Amino acid sequence: MLHQTSLVAVAIFATFVLGVLGLSFFLGRKGQSAAGYYAAHGQIHWFVNGIAFAGDYLSAASFLGICGMIAFSGYDGFLYSIGFLAGWVVALFVIAEPIKALGKFTFADALDSRFNSRGIKLAVAISTLVVSIFYLIPQMVGAGSLIKPLLGLPHEAGVILVGVTVTLIVVTAGMVSTTWVQFIKGSLLVFFCGVLTVLILGRGLAVNASRSGTENLAPQVRTVRPDGTVLVDGVTQSREHDLRPVGTILRLPERFGDARSTGPLGPLEYLSALEDSTIVTWAAKKHVDADGAHTTFTPVERRGTDLLKPGGFFKGLTTGKLADRLDFVSLMLALFCGTASLPHILIRYYTVKDAAAARKSTVVGIAAIGVFYVLTLYLGLGAMTSGALDPTDTNMAAPLLAKTFSNTLFAIISAIAFTTVLGTVSGLIMAGSGAVAHDLVENVCGVQMTDHEKIRCGKLAAVGLGIVAMALGILFRNFNVSFLVGWAFNIAASANLPSLVMLLFWPRTTWQGIVAAVSAGMLSSLAWILLSADTFEKVYGLPREMALTPFSQPGLVTIPFGFLVLVVASLLTPAPSPRR
Amino acid sequence: MSEPVGTGMAAAGKRDGPPQAGGDAAASPLGLCLFGVYVLLYGGFMALVLVRPDLLALRPFGGVNLAIVYGMGLIASAFVLAVTYMLLRSGR
Repeated sequence: MLHQTSLVAVAIFATFVLGVLGLSFFLGRKGQSAAGYYAAHGQIHWFVNGIAFAGDYLSAASFLGICGMIAFSGYDGFLYSIGFLAGWVVALFVIAEPIKALGKFTFADALDSRFNSRGIKLAVAISTLVVSIFYLIPQMVGAGSLIKPLLGLPHEAGVILVGVTVTLIVVTAGMVSTTWVQFIKGSLLVFFCGVLTVLILGRGLAVNASRSGTENLAPQVRTVRPDGTVLVDGVTQSREHDLRPVGTILRLPERFGDARSTGPLGPLEYLSALEDSTIVTWAAKKHVDADGAHTTFTPVERRGTDLLKPGGFFKGLTTGKLADRLDFVSLMLALFCGTASLPHILIRYYTVKDAAAARKSTVVGIAAIGVFYVLTLYLGLGAMTSGALDPTDTNMAAPLLAKTFSNTLFAIISAIAFTTVLGTVSGLIMAGSGAVAHDLVENVCGVQMTDHEKIRCGKLAAVGLGIVAMALGILFRNFNVSFLVGWAFNIAASANLPSLVMLLFWPRTTWQGIVAAVSAGMLSSLAWILLSADTFEKVYGLPREMALTPFSQPGLVTIPFGFLVLVVASLLTPAPSPRR
Repeated sequence: MSEPVGTGMAAAGKRDGPPQAGGDAAASPLGLCLFGVYVLLYGGFMALVLVRPDLLALRPFGGVNLAIVYGMGLIASAFVLAVTYMLLRSGR
């Protein structure tokens, strides 16, 4: 769909971005050391760190991706919310305090704390970079999606704008500015999602599909011709002739009689009324011929009870096909295990002063993140029935929902979504920057650097990662961001969790075992993803049937494989010396 | 693959940077117990989704189905367990 640029939106967006940059430059003027650049001197207050956890973690996938998935597929998007939050339980009860006690700047510090092995530093630094890059892709794709309706600029402009802004944030004041950007973003995100939810409940549900005729429920065809021109129902796309927005209620529950609107509803009433309503969702089917690529959007009348139970997106849950069910289990396992293995989350434990602060900040993080994930259900369902969805872009559901209330709210939500991307990407680039400068250059290559040189090296690495992130954000533009994040969680859980858990619970763990497990977990999950049906179809453009793996999400196989490799390699190598 | 260039606390002692509070590098038994409780809750949810999805369509609470009630319950229980853990650890 073509979106009209709003001056208010541009003004609010510019205020947000300039505010964030101004804060970074202000913090960057203060004196810096390597400890300040990489870990904010370990002096961040636990409450600020807890909200910053939320700001770091609630990425474009959480905000844009989950809302979009719920809006288009129903309950299954909420399964992501459940899985994402469950991962924090692992982080709090198993990982938080040990990781704080073991490490200094990076995840590699923690895993290597008992061994001082270059092999561990190298393997973990590479895994940190791979996970961070996979996690960066959906953030940048989200940025590209947002910039189109907000500023009327192409996808590439959004990606470049985020890349440049984030690189500036990280380069100016490292972890200090990153923390504050994430704190501000986390606070704004939860607050304004709360506001949006109150507005959704206040509006209630309303019939917004034509009752008698089917004019606004006729199928729509979007064609992209070989020369790049876009047609809608055979006519060149323009503001006057564009795809119609979708997402409508056809019938309200009988208890509302002939009313076309329920009026304000309570949180439970809203869900109950939606379950008893009839909703129109839109199925997209693509085919390519000599005239171009055609996508046909067809309305599907569905009962609310069907949309609010599992199986809308994860088809295997309803068809019973074993491979599809294993794919789902694998994803949920990766979400559960992945959070506590994400390097950009783990390094946040080094920004507080002690284990108690690490624990408290995790609890604050769980509270903020939990509230947000409950709100995603209302945001997604509100978007599903808002009549404002862009059928070509699942990632725009939340901002377009806001637009149904007012252009100002749309601008604020879009700007917050953009800040969401900034906060998460800055955390990822910080983690990658530490992996390159602290782990690879200083510890693996043994380059002796002064404090100033360590910071400069980290900043150069941040610039390099920013450029890589921009390129990948443009390359993967057509993916749902939640789906892409699933891959990052799989790789993180497969590469990092086995070593982290075994280091804490199995004294026989050796440095060779850790190196082998990190390498095997990372490579096996990467290989699985590259050979999976989803990648064949969506990246290579090949038939799904050609894929070499039985299901797409690797975690179910590669996480246990990582544990197995660690145990075998540790048993085959000399036991570590007793700790002194 | 390189050999270790130092071991254990000797290596840690060479580090510079922010002051480390030290502390126990092992997860607490209390935390592991609470983790076990959550795993049971999460596992129960997954089992229902996979084995008895028909039960998730039941509407036991305010007209809202079990899929939503259980899902929100999992989110709420994570918070309750987290606060319990924080309070019990602080009291020790």
